[in-house]
Amino acid sequence: MNLGILASRPARRLLPLLAALALGGGAVSAVAAVPATEPGAAVTNVEDTQSPNVAAESVPQAAAAEPSTTNAVVGEQAATGGYTPLGPEWIKGQPSDGAMTFQNQYTPDGHYALWMHDAILLPLIVAISLVVLGLLLWVVARYNRRANATPSRTSHNTLIEVIWTAVPVLILVAIAVPSITLLSRQYRSPPEDALTVKVTGYQWYWGYTYPDNGGFEVISNMKDEGEALAGGEPPQLAVDNRMVVPVGEPIRIQTTGADVIHSFAVPSLWFKIDAVPGRLNERVLFIEEPGIYYGQCSELCGARHAYMPIAVEAVPRAQFDAWLLSKGGTLGGPESEGAQAPTLAPPQEPESGVEGAPGAGAPPTAETAPGTPVPEAT
Amino acid sequence: MATTADAFQAHHDDHAHHHDADHKPPFFQRWFMSTNHKDIGTLYLIFAICAGIIGGAVSGIMRAELAEPGIQYLGWWVEFLGGGPADFDKNGHMWNVLISAHGLIMVFFMVMPAMIGGFGNWFVPLMIGAPDMAFPRMNNISFWLTVAGFCSLMFSAFVPGGTGLGAGTGWTVYAPLSTSGSVGPAVDFAIFSLHLAGAGSIMGAINFITTIFNMRAPGMTLHKMPLFVWSVLVTAFLLLLALPVLAAAITMLITDRNFGTTFFDQAGGGDPVLYQHLFWFFGHPEVYIMILPGFGMISQIVATFSRKPVFGYLGMAYAMVAIGVIGFVVWAHHMYTTGLDVNVKMYFTAATMLIAVPTGVKIFSWVATMWGGSLEFKSPMVWALGFIFLFTVGGVTGVVLANGGVDDNLHDTYYVVAHFHYVLSMGAVFSLFAAFYYWFPKMSGRWHSELLAHIHFWGFFIGVNVIFFPMHFLGMNGMPRRYPDYTPAFTYWNEIASTGYHIMAASMLVFFVNIAWALVAGRKAEGNYWGEGATTLEWTLSSPPPFHQYETLPVIEEHHDYHDHIGPAGGRPAH
Repeated sequence: MNLGILASRPARRLLPLLAALALGGGAVSAVAAVPATEPGAAVTNVEDTQSPNVAAESVPQAAAAEPSTTNAVVGEQAATGGYTPLGPEWIKGQPSDGAMTFQNQYTPDGHYALWMHDAILLPLIVAISLVVLGLLLWVVARYNRRANATPSRTSHNTLIEVIWTAVPVLILVAIAVPSITLLSRQYRSPPEDALTVKVTGYQWYWGYTYPDNGGFEVISNMKDEGEALAGGEPPQLAVDNRMVVPVGEPIRIQTTGADVIHSFAVPSLWFKIDAVPGRLNERVLFIEEPGIYYGQCSELCGARHAYMPIAVEAVPRAQFDAWLLSKGGTLGGPESEGAQAPTLAPPQEPESGVEGAPGAGAPPTAETAPGTPVPEAT
Repeated sequence: MATTADAFQAHHDDHAHHHDADHKPPFFQRWFMSTNHKDIGTLYLIFAICAGIIGGAVSGIMRAELAEPGIQYLGWWVEFLGGGPADFDKNGHMWNVLISAHGLIMVFFMVMPAMIGGFGNWFVPLMIGAPDMAFPRMNNISFWLTVAGFCSLMFSAFVPGGTGLGAGTGWTVYAPLSTSGSVGPAVDFAIFSLHLAGAGSIMGAINFITTIFNMRAPGMTLHKMPLFVWSVLVTAFLLLLALPVLAAAITMLITDRNFGTTFFDQAGGGDPVLYQHLFWFFGHPEVYIMILPGFGMISQIVATFSRKPVFGYLGMAYAMVAIGVIGFVVWAHHMYTTGLDVNVKMYFTAATMLIAVPTGVKIFSWVATMWGGSLEFKSPMVWALGFIFLFTVGGVTGVVLANGGVDDNLHDTYYVVAHFHYVLSMGAVFSLFAAFYYWFPKMSGRWHSELLAHIHFWGFFIGVNVIFFPMHFLGMNGMPRRYPDYTPAFTYWNEIASTGYHIMAASMLVFFVNIAWALVAGRKAEGNYWGEGATTLEWTLSSPPPFHQYETLPVIEEHHDYHDHIGPAGGRPAH
């Protein structure tokens, strides 16, 4: 049993729920499919148990947001293997005017980090600020010259000094626990056979290479304002070619810079990693829901730093495979067949596997036979 | 010192009869070849105010540009500064030049000269009972190197820097954007500017360390020094240890740019991330260099206007030492997204959070100093109260950012901009204004208007909060920093932030009117105009102090414990 398979388990357990998300009506059967994978989940860790809940929580909201017709379209595409870019109704990760919080999160680590901020850090820093403000207001009111004409001469109190040194230490140790947990989650290795996307920052656009799928590179430029608005997308975030990735499975993102340092950042995925020339930074990305997630270059890279946005489009595996083929790519995994995958794997085959899992009704028998391409999809 | 103040006053009165102490050289010698710490301090303050006006005006251009989406004003500035017909790339480059200039000016030519060069020069010798700095000529060249550095930086804005005129690298000057990414001499001039200012600061640091270690008045042990002197001492050590690393890093940039070395060029076996390590090994201590003297000033001011000795003097002094030491081992928290190893990131997360402990000690000790005191809300005290609260707000967002995993979202967003403006633009700058109103009558011999000073405070307080608080929201919502233009979803808070700039700028007009009025028509200030709460040695002198002070050294009596050094004149503190 290799580590890759272990790590991909959350993916498998999530998929039915994700499909339920996308297909609305299929929710019941999809959820019913979950127990089928339970025995294998004996090795679950914290995030494994959390992820489905997290996804389930976001169901109503997402379901409310997407028009049912579109859901049907995606479902149909999943069945037939066609690919058309997601429309603006699928935009999920974007800023909203006047917002005072983080964007909604669509990755397990994002949920954890957001929880850590909203449930621990934010209340704590607000409380500390209010305590200090309260103390200041109190001394202003109580110890001003009129209220207290004769100052005390106190200049020491060992006990209180020890307390205000030790209590912050304890608070910080308490913060360190989830903080270290978050870090270790973010640094989990992707499974060996995870899809790899190599992200290259150029002055001033992004390139997305799929080295396991024929090695083609998608060049992604910002759409001008008119074009973006015409497509129903936010200006300065919309791009001509999105980074298309499969939803519900771990993806290995590798970043590098072609000229200067750029930074690949998508706020709604809690994902930011620099693209440094001469280096290959790697981080695993797991997107829970199909959708479009916008980001922007986050390291000063020259004159058009503000004009090289990022758009990640997460689609069900079947559509992703169709997209790969439409780009002239191949369906091979990194380990198994690699370049010769197309001949071994007719396009329909992986799709039918996927189709079963996400909730077209069939249980994920698709504990696919070893050697079949794209096993992780199921 | 409490009792020595009286004793010393007698000495001083003796000397006031000889007018030798006030013999001043002619204008040119006095101001251009100065070896007098007070005159050099004054020069530093004037210089810092001028640089601050330019740096503040640059931020005005930036806030105007950011008030709404799209590019409105940058093209005009490109043409105004001689960059030829504006185009898309030149506009973007202009923006980068503005943000770089704003950062470099405010850090190296406003806060540092004002804190260390200005108030440090003026008051360290006065507070320790020294006639001048240890190396008066070196003091002079420190100042003029800073001026030369500023000129070099200004000049860089008018020569080619890649896609337009000027250095558009950010104040961090990251390679390879600053090497292969910026063709033309602008970046060289900007880097040379840092060399000059850095050399000046290193010499200043040597001067302060020597002065504080060797020239304290008899009886003033280290543990009797006023906290402002402690703060400058710690700051001087940070400068001495950090600036050579910056000098090395930017010298390697220069040779990478001009002489074919590849320290930071991966194609030649170098590493761009190495530059960031070197820069932030300097850069993080640098942020404490900017705030520590402020801590010292706030301690003096809070004690004075509470009429109470500083609470926990030793804790306060060693908290600054601790901040200085820890400040050297947390640098990579500026680099969380560069691809650090997970263990490295965990270490820097833990170490960074640790800084909150000594900082908390300082905040609580200031509150405890006021507790039981008899507070008087003169303008310096009001600024100090503003400092304590706003610095706390900036400090707690630092605890959020310290978490490497959380920073994965917030890094290089407006949240970071909000954080460091709360600790600098509200922390450092509030302490500068507090110190200015505290010591202005001492330095000039004339009173400012307390009413205008209060109006200035409230305008500035409201203005900067309206500017910077919404930036937390922008950052959490995902707006990256160093962007001249943004998607319409960021409009609301940007518009509000830009409105705040007007309030802040209006309050600064009040400040300038106040100084001008005070210098022309302000009433004369006495020697100790703050009364019994002001007990350090500078209050034993006239306002302004004689051109040469302490021809007979004041003596600090031995039998007093360190915590007595602030107390009512002649009073015996109860333990």
